Amino acid sequence: MKVLVPVKRVVDYNVKVRVKSDGTGVELANVKMSMNPFDEIAVEEAIRLKEKGVVTEIVAVSIGVQQSQETIRTALAMGADRGILVVTDQPTESLAVAKILAAIAKEEAPQLIILGKQAIDDDANQTGQMLSGLLGWPQGTFASKITADGAMVTVEREIDGGAETVELKLPAVVTTDLRLNEPRYASLPNIMKAKSKPIASKTPADYGVDATPRLQILKVVEPSKRTAGVKVKTVDELVDKLKVLGAIG
Amino acid sequence: MTAFDDWRARSPYYDETHEAVAQSVRRFVAAEVAPHIDRWEAEGELPRELHRKAAAAGILGLGYPEEYGGHSEGFDIFHSLTQSEELAAPGAGGLTASLMTHGIGLPPILALGSDEMKRRIAPEVLAGDKIIALAITEPSGGSDVAQLKTRATLVGNKYVVSGQKQFITSGMRADYLTVAVRTGGPGMAGISLMLVETDRPGVSRTRLDKMGWRCSDTATIHFDDVEVPPENLIGPENGGFAGIMRNFNGERLGMAMGCCAHARVALAEAVAWATTRETFGKRLAQHQSIRIKLADCERQIEATQAWVDLCAWQSREGRGRPADYAMLKVQATRMLEAVAREAAQVLGGASYITGSKIERIYREVRVNAIGGGSEEIMLDLAGRQLGYT
Ligand SMILES: Cc1cc2nc3c(=O)[nH]c(=O)nc-3n(C[C@H](O)[C@H](O)[C@H](O)COP(=O)(O)OP(=O)(O)OC[C@H]3O[C@@H](n4cnc5c(N)ncnc54)[C@H](O)[C@@H]3O)c2cc1C
Repeated sequence: MKVLVPVKRVVDYNVKVRVKSDGTGVELANVKMSMNPFDEIAVEEAIRLKEKGVVTEIVAVSIGVQQSQETIRTALAMGADRGILVVTDQPTESLAVAKILAAIAKEEAPQLIILGKQAIDDDANQTGQMLSGLLGWPQGTFASKITADGAMVTVEREIDGGAETVELKLPAVVTTDLRLNEPRYASLPNIMKAKSKPIASKTPADYGVDATPRLQILKVVEPSKRTAGVKVKTVDELVDKLKVLGAIG
Repeated sequence: MTAFDDWRARSPYYDETHEAVAQSVRRFVAAEVAPHIDRWEAEGELPRELHRKAAAAGILGLGYPEEYGGHSEGFDIFHSLTQSEELAAPGAGGLTASLMTHGIGLPPILALGSDEMKRRIAPEVLAGDKIIALAITEPSGGSDVAQLKTRATLVGNKYVVSGQKQFITSGMRADYLTVAVRTGGPGMAGISLMLVETDRPGVSRTRLDKMGWRCSDTATIHFDDVEVPPENLIGPENGGFAGIMRNFNGERLGMAMGCCAHARVALAEAVAWATTRETFGKRLAQHQSIRIKLADCERQIEATQAWVDLCAWQSREGRGRPADYAMLKVQATRMLEAVAREAAQVLGGASYITGSKIERIYREVRVNAIGGGSEEIMLDLAGRQLGYT
């Protein structure tokens, strides 16, 4: 079966992000970017399914600025077979992304779409769910284990109360959680080989999607600095302090 | 967390393939090196398994011919520089020194060795199954290579080697040594390069403890009438000096890049500290004198990096001058010395306590300034080559 894996270009998880001085967002110029870690897990899972013989083709999709091609190349170097780059300079919002992915899914007819549960830039945690809704396919979010055969996929999910196992009829949408696997690093020769794997270049308009943002960012601020604590001697003193701070009534 | 910026993205020498190499090596280091490096530093050597893993990731073979298991198709010298920057991330120079010792041990064989020797040695080394080291320096001196004393005398159909080599990186673990020996008369015209397998009778070694590069094993190697077949000569008899000198260019460029990379690691740590630590009611970086220190470090790193990249380009285009690599190495080690000092100063007492990368990098300044050609020797050599006599 064919698997679609969307991959997003985000600020590298090692980078300490800085808020732009005008407060409109975070600084992206000259900052190291790499594949969203949850998407790496998705690519890895697809490759493992391919190594098990369940999957025959892996298509990596990225939606974003032209440089998102690098992110697709990383997926190809890890083991994906081909890429689709949907170029847009607009900020990518979950709904627009889900619509584009839905259109690609209709064209490509994959049996399985594996997404990261969220991207570490805006932490929206919506795209997989919206995509499943748009396509009318079953969803298994926050997967910590995936087993697939030709007709069904079994997903162990991480939920607040513990773990839950769901069985989904294919085609289906699955989103990855951290514990699903430990992604491989592409070997250097595979990086070069990936250069000859095909990447189709598209635009949102090709899929009939208007990617104009619907959300307006009012202000981005640094998290407030932790201020030094105070030591209290008695419980009464603690209660008094909390009352003064308005933490308790 | 680091505040590193993506300087390669603003350089004409690096493209998306270099970035891809960076990401892969960064992942390799995060998964296979970073969790263990402190232990290896304490143990004094790298596990052999790491060589095999690095080979599988393509790291050991980068830039070497495909026919011997290397990866050269599509790669250029800037991929190697990118790789060495990422290998510097744990702030332990011994990692590159010891994991990549074949970078100085193998090139003489590939450049001058017989086809049989290349086919026998290179694939095993590039697969990480065997370790090769370079043995030039002797207890009687390292700078004056032309005066080396280890002798190889032809007795019957064998060379008999006797003498000692000192400060040899990966020397305790090495399976193969590329050794400079005297086969002829005095001076540089009497020196040959020779492959010596360390399991030959008469080879023994002593481990040396040291200030930095602690995860890299360093040895004194003794040759007591070691019999070596003439096929083990690397290149012509008495023709070794040119091979040694040529090897130095690549080593010096590599060390200069290593200095830039480690300086960046030190600066990143200092910046992270200076932007959070508060003294006298504000963050360290908000004190002008500290901000100036940090920018001054950046200035020296970028200036050195620009010359590293230019020399790399010249090397790729076959337009390099030995004098430039020699002076570049001095530029880089002086820069590292300055940056390590200032970065340590910014961290204050924390820089002196084991656990910060700066503490380690500070201890590695001297080996860079001395090993692979000391600053004095480099500048003297450059001066002579530039005709300032
Ligand atoms: C950790 C480590 C790893 C090493 N790994 C290797 C290795 O793998 N293989 C290998 O072959 N070698 C290795 N070396 C040796 C290194 O290359 C030598 O230490 C270096 O070349 C200097 O030689 P020396 O130590 O004998 O110093 P000397 O040659 O005795 O020099 C001592 C000092 O005098 C200065 N000096 C010497 N001659 C002059 C002059 N004419 N004018 C002005 N100043 C002068 C030198 O600059 C130096 O400061 C290693 C060294 C170290 C510390």
